[in-house]
Amino acid sequence: MAKIIDDETIENVCILAKLALTEEEKEKAKADMQKMLDYVDKLDELDTEAVEPLTHIFGSDNVFRDDVVTNGDCRKEMLANAPKAREWQYQVPKTIG
Amino acid sequence: MKQYETVIGLEVHVELATKTKIFCGCSTEFGGAPNTHTCPVCTGMPGSLPVLNRQVVEFALKAGIAANCRINQYCRFDRKNYFYPDNPQNYQISQLYLPICQDGWVEIETSAGKKKIRIHEMHMEEDAGKLIHDEWEDCSLVDYNRSGVPLIEIVSEPDMRSAEEVIAYLEKLRCMMQYLGVSDCKLQEGSMRADVNLSVREVGSETFGTRTEMKNLNSFKAIARAIDGERERQIELLEMGRAVVQETRRWDDNKESSHAMRSKEDAKDYRYFPDPDLLPVHISDEWIARLKASQPELREEKQQRYQEEYGLSAYDAGLLTESRILSEKYEETADLCGNPKKAANWFMVEVLRLMKDRGLEPEQVTFTPGHLADLIQMVERKEVSAQNAKKVFEKVFEEDIDPVSYIEEHGLKIVEDTGLLEETLQKILEENPGPLQELLGGKEKVFGFFVGKMMKELKGKASPDAVREALTKEIEKRK
Repeated sequence: MAKIIDDETIENVCILAKLALTEEEKEKAKADMQKMLDYVDKLDELDTEAVEPLTHIFGSDNVFRDDVVTNGDCRKEMLANAPKAREWQYQVPKTIG
Repeated sequence: MKQYETVIGLEVHVELATKTKIFCGCSTEFGGAPNTHTCPVCTGMPGSLPVLNRQVVEFALKAGIAANCRINQYCRFDRKNYFYPDNPQNYQISQLYLPICQDGWVEIETSAGKKKIRIHEMHMEEDAGKLIHDEWEDCSLVDYNRSGVPLIEIVSEPDMRSAEEVIAYLEKLRCMMQYLGVSDCKLQEGSMRADVNLSVREVGSETFGTRTEMKNLNSFKAIARAIDGERERQIELLEMGRAVVQETRRWDDNKESSHAMRSKEDAKDYRYFPDPDLLPVHISDEWIARLKASQPELREEKQQRYQEEYGLSAYDAGLLTESRILSEKYEETADLCGNPKKAANWFMVEVLRLMKDRGLEPEQVTFTPGHLADLIQMVERKEVSAQNAKKVFEKVFEEDIDPVSYIEEHGLKIVEDTGLLEETLQKILEENPGPLQELLGGKEKVFGFFVGKMMKELKGKASPDAVREALTKEIEKRK
C-alpha cells in the first residue's frame, strides 16, 4: 500500500523544491503525487528478487578526460545567460551565509 | 560537577591540485578575475555533459592508499540536491552510495603518545562557487570560478577527544597530501577546510551525546578555539538540565563564538540519487598496483631514513621533513656537500630563521642547494669565517648568488698564508704601544683585546685560531 500524500508531505516537498503553491494547487499536486506513488506500487508487484539494480543503461564505464585546460575566458557568453549581472558576476537576490 | 569527555569527528575537504576542474576543461587556478574560468558545464547550463578528469581519480586513489583505505573498485557519482546560488546545477555531484575509498586510518602523535584515527570514507566531489554579499545593493554576486574544482572529502570516525588530537590529525592529513602532491592544503586559500562534529558525554559512558556540526573554520587556531568554546557550551546546557540540539553552527572567529545556521529538522533532505550523466568508474587491480608502486616516500619513512642514513636525531629528522619541498632541498644539499649534519644545522638554523623573518612558505624558498653546499664546504676548508658565511648565505637565500665567486669578489676569503695577517698584526701592535707593554709584561688579559682588534681589522679574512697563533708567536719573539 502506497504512502498517502498528506498535507504535511506536500508542505515539506514545497520547502525542498522552493515552491509557493496556493491551496488549490496543493490539492491538485497532492492528487498527482498520489497517482505517481500508486504507479510505483503497481511496479512493486513485480518480483525483482533476481534482478540487479540498474543505475546506468549503457554497458560502458571509465569515460575520462585528460587533465588539460581546453577552455579560455568566455565569461561574456556565459554571463549573457544571466537574468542579471554586475561586475562580471551573476547578481542574485540577497542570500545569507 | 560531572566529568565530561569530548567526542570529535571531522569532515575535511581537500582541494585537489589538478590543472582543470573535475568535469570540464576550465582552469582551477586560484585568484582569476570573476567567472573567467567558467563554461556551460560548471555553470550548470541545460544540456551540458560532465566528463570525469582522470587525474581526480588518481589523486583520490593516492590519498586513499596512503591512508590505508579499502578501494571500492566499482564506484559511482550521486547527485546531492539543494538550492543555493553557489550551486548552479541545483545539485552537487558527489558520492554517497559507493565512495572511492573506505575504512582507512592514519596515526597521529600528541603529548599523550601515538593513536590511530579511523577514516570512515573518502569521496570525490565538486566545489561550489563563491558568493559575495553586497550590503549596499542588498543583493549577492556569484563567481563560479571555484564551481567544479575537484575535492576529496575525508570523513573520520568520531575518534578524537581533544583539540590537540584534532590539530595533530589535520597536520597529519596536510603533510600527507603535500607529500603525495595531491593538494597544497592552504587553509587561508580554502584548499583545506574542516567541519567539526562534536558532542560531549559523561566519562565512562558508552553512548554518544547529541552532536553539532561547526563550519567556517579556516585556521588551526580557530579550530582549537571553536572546539573549546563548543565543548563549554554543550556542557553548560547539560548542567542546566537542557538538551543539545542537533544543528549546524557557524563559527565567528572575531567574536570567538558560534551561532546556529540551520537546524537538521529544517527540511534537510538532499534526495541523493545516482547521477545518470556520469558513467561508473571501474578501478582495476593493475591501476591500484601501478599507483602503489609509484607512491612517494612519505614523511615517516623519510624521518626514519634521515636517522639511519644521515645519523640525525629523531627531533631534527622530524623538523627537516615537515615540508616535502624543504626536505628535498635539504637532501640535495646534504648529498652535494657530503656533510648531512652540517647541512641539517644550516637548514634548521639559517633557512628556517630567514623563512620566518621574511614570512615565506617552503615553496617560496628558491635558492639552489648546490650553492649552500659550496658554502658549507668553504667553511669546512676554513676558506671563509662562519660569521661571513652566514652573511653570504643571506645573499644566497635571497638572490641565489654563487657563493664561491661572491666570496672572491668581496674579498671575504680567508688569507692565512699571505702577508696580510702579518702586516695587520704589525700595524695593530704599533698602534697600541701601551697594551703591548702590558702584554709583554705578562698581563694575559690584554691578549683578547689584540685578537678582537685584529679580527675587526681583517673583517673575517682570517680565522680566530690563525690570529691567536700569529699573535702568540710574535709576542714570544718580542719577549
